[in-house]
Amino acid sequence: MAHDNSYTGQKFEVVGNRFIRPDGVDKVTGKARYGADASAPGQLVGLVLRSPHAHATIKKIDASKAEKLPGVKAIITAEDLPDLTGGDRGMADILENCMARGRALYDGHAVAAVAAVDAQTARQALKLIKVSYKKLPHVTDVDKAMKPNAPVIHDWIITGGVDPKPAKPSNIANRTQMGHGDVETGFAEADVIIERSYKTEQTHQGYIEPHACLASVNPDGTAELWVTTQGPFTYRTVCATLLGLDIAKLKVTSSEIGGGFGGKTHVWTEPVALALSRKANRPVKLVMTRDEVFRASGPTASTSIDIKIGATKKGVITAATLELRYQGGAFPGIWAMLACMTGFACYDIKNQRSVGWDVIVNRPKVAAYRAPSAPMAAYAVESTMDIVAQEIGMDAVDFRLKNVAKEGAQAPYGPLYGPIGIEAALKAVKKHPQMRAKLKKNQGRGIACGFWFNIGGQTCVDLNVGTDGTVSLAVGTVDVGGARSSLGMIAAEELGISYDEVKVHVADTASLGHNDTTEGSRGTFSSGMAAIFAARDAIEVLKGRAAKMLDVPVDAIVWENGQAKAVGKQHGNLPKLSLKEIAAKSPNTGGPIAGHNEVVADGAGMGFACHICDVEVDPETGLTKILRYTVVQDAGKAIHPDYVEGQFQGAAAQGIGWALNEEYVYGDDGRLQNPGFLDYRIPVCSDLPFIDTKILEIPNPNHPYGIRGVGETSIVPPLGAIGNAIADATGVRMNHVPMSPIRVLEALDQAATLEDQVSAG
Amino acid sequence: MSEAVMVSTKVNGDVVEFACPTDEVLLDSLRDRVGVTGVKEGCGTGDCGACSITLDGQLVCACLVLGVEAGGREIGTVEGLVEDGQLHPLQEKFIEHAALQCGICTPGFLVAAKALLDNNPKPSETEIRYALAGNLCRCTGYDKIVRAVQAAAKDMRKSSSRSKKR
Repeated sequence: MAHDNSYTGQKFEVVGNRFIRPDGVDKVTGKARYGADASAPGQLVGLVLRSPHAHATIKKIDASKAEKLPGVKAIITAEDLPDLTGGDRGMADILENCMARGRALYDGHAVAAVAAVDAQTARQALKLIKVSYKKLPHVTDVDKAMKPNAPVIHDWIITGGVDPKPAKPSNIANRTQMGHGDVETGFAEADVIIERSYKTEQTHQGYIEPHACLASVNPDGTAELWVTTQGPFTYRTVCATLLGLDIAKLKVTSSEIGGGFGGKTHVWTEPVALALSRKANRPVKLVMTRDEVFRASGPTASTSIDIKIGATKKGVITAATLELRYQGGAFPGIWAMLACMTGFACYDIKNQRSVGWDVIVNRPKVAAYRAPSAPMAAYAVESTMDIVAQEIGMDAVDFRLKNVAKEGAQAPYGPLYGPIGIEAALKAVKKHPQMRAKLKKNQGRGIACGFWFNIGGQTCVDLNVGTDGTVSLAVGTVDVGGARSSLGMIAAEELGISYDEVKVHVADTASLGHNDTTEGSRGTFSSGMAAIFAARDAIEVLKGRAAKMLDVPVDAIVWENGQAKAVGKQHGNLPKLSLKEIAAKSPNTGGPIAGHNEVVADGAGMGFACHICDVEVDPETGLTKILRYTVVQDAGKAIHPDYVEGQFQGAAAQGIGWALNEEYVYGDDGRLQNPGFLDYRIPVCSDLPFIDTKILEIPNPNHPYGIRGVGETSIVPPLGAIGNAIADATGVRMNHVPMSPIRVLEALDQAATLEDQVSAG
Repeated sequence: MSEAVMVSTKVNGDVVEFACPTDEVLLDSLRDRVGVTGVKEGCGTGDCGACSITLDGQLVCACLVLGVEAGGREIGTVEGLVEDGQLHPLQEKFIEHAALQCGICTPGFLVAAKALLDNNPKPSETEIRYALAGNLCRCTGYDKIVRAVQAAAKDMRKSSSRSKKR
């Protein structure tokens, strides 16, 4: 595979090793402070009152009794959050999602909030707030919401991306089309054409830590927010806009984050907590319950997908189309658009078209969930790829290899790929011992591929050298999976010092320039890039100080292995100066030594993965047990292999849960039936085997160390891999995720009935 | 406001006393009144295990026990795992094996794993997986957690056989 080799030859001293994480001791001793673990003098307890209806007009909110309850310090409704968004539709949606404005749009939508001296009083106050609702017709299913007779949720939604512009409002927010070539011609060239339809149910990121914050607003317009978030800077911008605060006067500190997976990229109760604090003039701690997390924070989209793939007998895909219907909850989203961009990304398909429909329903506002939108589209693609392969009598891996995207191929969204790792991943899968493990009765094997873009974005770091030669690195991306280790290793590598001598901190918004939210697998990629440049910046300072100490011109100094060395005939005998020695003298050679970098980290390398899954399906119960599971993914360069493996394994486990169990169940009344971990069942330890991993390193030419983001891609293949494995085990193709015992059993029964009919006929 | 009752209990060996509303769960008492915030709330319904503690040596979810029930009992939390300034082998192995990412579930896992190893010093992989099935982790896929528990069990067996020989 041709790629830029300039960094493959790089010899790393620190990078690539498995060091102890700097936050480890705090996290195993209970000292680490998460969103709910902070306190402030005089703090109140905040609670939110939520709509029990899927869709209703709020006729009246009577808080008079609650206000009189001793210990209640503030009650707010939408009136306390006036619209300051100035016509920014996206911001107005966020505001309305934080607090209903005259209409409750989903079960769990906030309608009022209270701050009181303790939890007991706050709970009692919630009960005393009387809300009169007038129920409105609702719709929670994506296909039903698109029908002409569906209740229209917003009268201002006129479908975008359609020509001519529709005259009437509907629940279809937007239509997106992507692709290239001529699909009609392509299908005409096909020997085999397979058409299928699939559905996937809504899942939640399922972070174990509920949303939590401690907000404090002063009458002088200064404010502080301690919060569990992936994006303190984004939270600052959004909260400042919604509350009418100056950005510089709102300090947001990200706590340790107890999982986010995209769900903590969006504000939920934070503006409410700030508004309560402003009204009460006291700090307010607001922690969601698990019920609230499920009903009112970031699930992913449920979907309905049609796919058509045509191929020649020799296994060349001649054309493919996707029709993707994604619901974004009660507000317009970009989720079907993302699906259009990712669906066919693993393959080089000359004629392809993806059409996406972003749809509005009476469900919570959809948030990003790890490679958002990609797993569902990939489920449709990877399931159908297997069906086509079977139809033309080709091995599933060989069929994919025959059509695999390589450098120079065109992505569904337009650009040509640089060096990418999907061919290498498929080849590694083909050779993997799991592919030869013996399968018994009721057991089957499936493989599937996955893609995620990864992103870079605005990044800013500070690197400070202490007078003892130790280094602190302040970053503005949140450590969601061990990034502090990786970033410390990168700084140590660049400076030529040991990992122990670097301490990485996640800075608050007052201490560092803007950093984009930690999403799109950008943490190590972009803060890593900025850390390298900041270290190089510091090295220039160190060289200058060394020149002073040695009394030589600065251009005679080079930096090697953590030491300044004077070069040139006349300086050859001068001693080398270590970083430590230069740092010790810094007070007298010009003061503090620091490096700094601001960058828009462009060129995030795309992530590709291929998974192998072995299952056993119990024909009596429909239960699918994962027997063996392997993740092969390209990391570009694995800075800390433990945490790269951890991302692969964690993503695969989430995908497995999605494939087999997890789903939002809505009743006919439009209310969520299972807002708890008992009924929304995420994988537990006894559900899973060890998850084998293989890290590929195909360097990203756009990063000094070749890094690609690794966090998300591996949630993409499991749905397809497990569907394919179940088909292999049972001969039955599942077209509805989750492939829970009841659905598998139904499918097995249907297939058996069909077989009986065929043999009887 | 519900009536409050004085509760006297032992947390990690130290006597603590607090006034506890009768409808308050022990999880809230521990976090808000005693200040042991290593005990985490993930669900409040006994499904996630983040608030795992021991009550007179028995593993329980603190969110399913009332604060007033703790009177006269002995409570063990993650904060009590460090002995004589030394990390417990489970704590060491969790760090060494990268068995945590976000870490919010870690206190519960450590308390549950210690309860397992106290009763069964040589658990099989399956026994570990079932003993920890009441603790949810969303980051790791459990792989490195199981390996860390296996490694800690091995270490603890070695040191206990050493101390027996002495």
